[in-house]
Amino acid sequence: MFTPHTPQEIEEMLQAVGVKSIEDLFQKVPEKHRFPELDLPEALTEMEIAEELKQISSANASVDDFISFLGAGAYNHYIPAAVDMILRRGEFYTAYTPYQPEVSQGTLQAVFEFQSLMTELSGMDVSNASHYDGATAAAEAANLAYHFFRGKRKKVLISKTVNPQYRQTIRTYMQGLDDVFVTGDEGTGPDTWKVAQLTEMIDNDTAIVMVQYPDFFGRIYDYTKLVNIAHEQGALVCFIFNPTAMGLLKPPGAFDADIAVGDGQPLGIPLSFGGPYLGIFTIKDKYVRKLAGRLVGETVDEEGQRAYVLTLTAREQHIRREKSTSNICTNQGLMALAATVYLSLLGKQGFKQVANLCYQKAHYAAQRIGDLEGYELAFPDTPFFHEFVIKTPRPVNEINLHLQNHWILGGYDLSQDYPELKNHMLVAVTEKISKLDIDDFVAALEEVAHD
Amino acid sequence: MKTPEGLKYAKTDEWVKVDGDLATIGITDFAQDQLSDVVYVEIMVDEDDSVDQGDTVATIESVKAAADVNFPASGTILEINEDLADEPELLNSDPYEAGWIVKMKLDDPSELEDLMDAAAYEAFNEEREG
Repeated sequence: MFTPHTPQEIEEMLQAVGVKSIEDLFQKVPEKHRFPELDLPEALTEMEIAEELKQISSANASVDDFISFLGAGAYNHYIPAAVDMILRRGEFYTAYTPYQPEVSQGTLQAVFEFQSLMTELSGMDVSNASHYDGATAAAEAANLAYHFFRGKRKKVLISKTVNPQYRQTIRTYMQGLDDVFVTGDEGTGPDTWKVAQLTEMIDNDTAIVMVQYPDFFGRIYDYTKLVNIAHEQGALVCFIFNPTAMGLLKPPGAFDADIAVGDGQPLGIPLSFGGPYLGIFTIKDKYVRKLAGRLVGETVDEEGQRAYVLTLTAREQHIRREKSTSNICTNQGLMALAATVYLSLLGKQGFKQVANLCYQKAHYAAQRIGDLEGYELAFPDTPFFHEFVIKTPRPVNEINLHLQNHWILGGYDLSQDYPELKNHMLVAVTEKISKLDIDDFVAALEEVAHD
Repeated sequence: MKTPEGLKYAKTDEWVKVDGDLATIGITDFAQDQLSDVVYVEIMVDEDDSVDQGDTVATIESVKAAADVNFPASGTILEINEDLADEPELLNSDPYEAGWIVKMKLDDPSELEDLMDAAAYEAFNEEREG
């Protein structure tokens, strides 16, 4: 075991606290609990343990083995090989934002480029250097609104069609704040998903209104009216957006959103069984002093050359202490770099092409499934991007078990989060899915309907 | 360090200029010097707000610290120095004039009786500086 203290230092510390030995510190713990017998298997050699771990991990199946129609917040997009090659360069291989500009220009420039790309995607003024994932970025948006109104507005209004995991995370973040209540997503049934119903709940006690774009069911709504009413009431509006969809859709900034957040995982980051992902956080200029996390700015050095530094640090936890918006300054440096490389490799046209492929393939799949006997589209009249809900003739978990025999991962079982959506499957289609894959999926769905 | 006569001074480094039941509040030359370059002033109250003695007037961010400015007395806010939003450096260059923070109507001017005069504040600073 490595301990950084010399015997002399340990002696001094023991004297300072007034005990003779380190064991004395543990006298309060009953002796039989001090070194309990642990039920561990025999020690193994490195070669043996590597073999055992390999066997355990082979029980996992991944999207490399299956055709996946699973989305619901994490999406299986193609990642160019160059993304990983660049990430793994020693000069870049750190998860952290560097403080020292004199030795970190490369990483700082990459983060600056990331921020610029995120503002391009979202149509907003300012982006920070990222958060952990989309859920924590959404929670930080609620946090920003709370601090912006200095706790005077108590209501955080969330659409029920925001990803259920995001809503849980927002509640977790808000639970320590006095009097704040998270609402808007209670109740069951189709009315509770309506934009109009959420809009009616906006009042002058509302700090922020949070909507997802496209929503959790994949649907695209024009939130113009909601934004206008929120602004009339003085409330902020946060869009939780899917970055890939920005290749086709009007960005949150064009709706006059105050904050736009999202998960950057679709931008060149593998599914990896759930993480690490990337929280995108972008805002209008006027909230920059309340922005949590790191921010890289462009400047000039002593010789007038372009250079990059962390900027506006006074708003951060190490200077503002308890007065800062958030205690979380960590960013996902490596994941932000992945998104930067991914977007740079695709370019503007390539990125639009990915979005368009997702859209077209998803619509082909929706049409084919909608024509199947026993299946129907849950929202046939609402536009969608690359995800849609189908009503199934049997419980989704049963269908998915059957699909696994065909090496297909079925869609997300919505009854887990929406009891009123029994037998409803959320299907995601990305550019990686071929027409043949969709035809196989449709055939398997047809088969299971007749089982 | 300047410490103009005729103002009242708090131990927490605010100055108050009193005119009947009207008061103007700012931070002292000593305070701005300790903070160093001010980069942002966030005023925590709005016009017409009622405030209590001890409430936070503003949070000042400098390149090395963030500090609160507190109300030395209760009252109602009359005016906020809007110039500080764009020129926070006024707190450094002219803390007693252009760098004022808020003007208020006092509920009870006698709440200011415990504050120091210029001589007492200077002595207080000398003691602190050691």
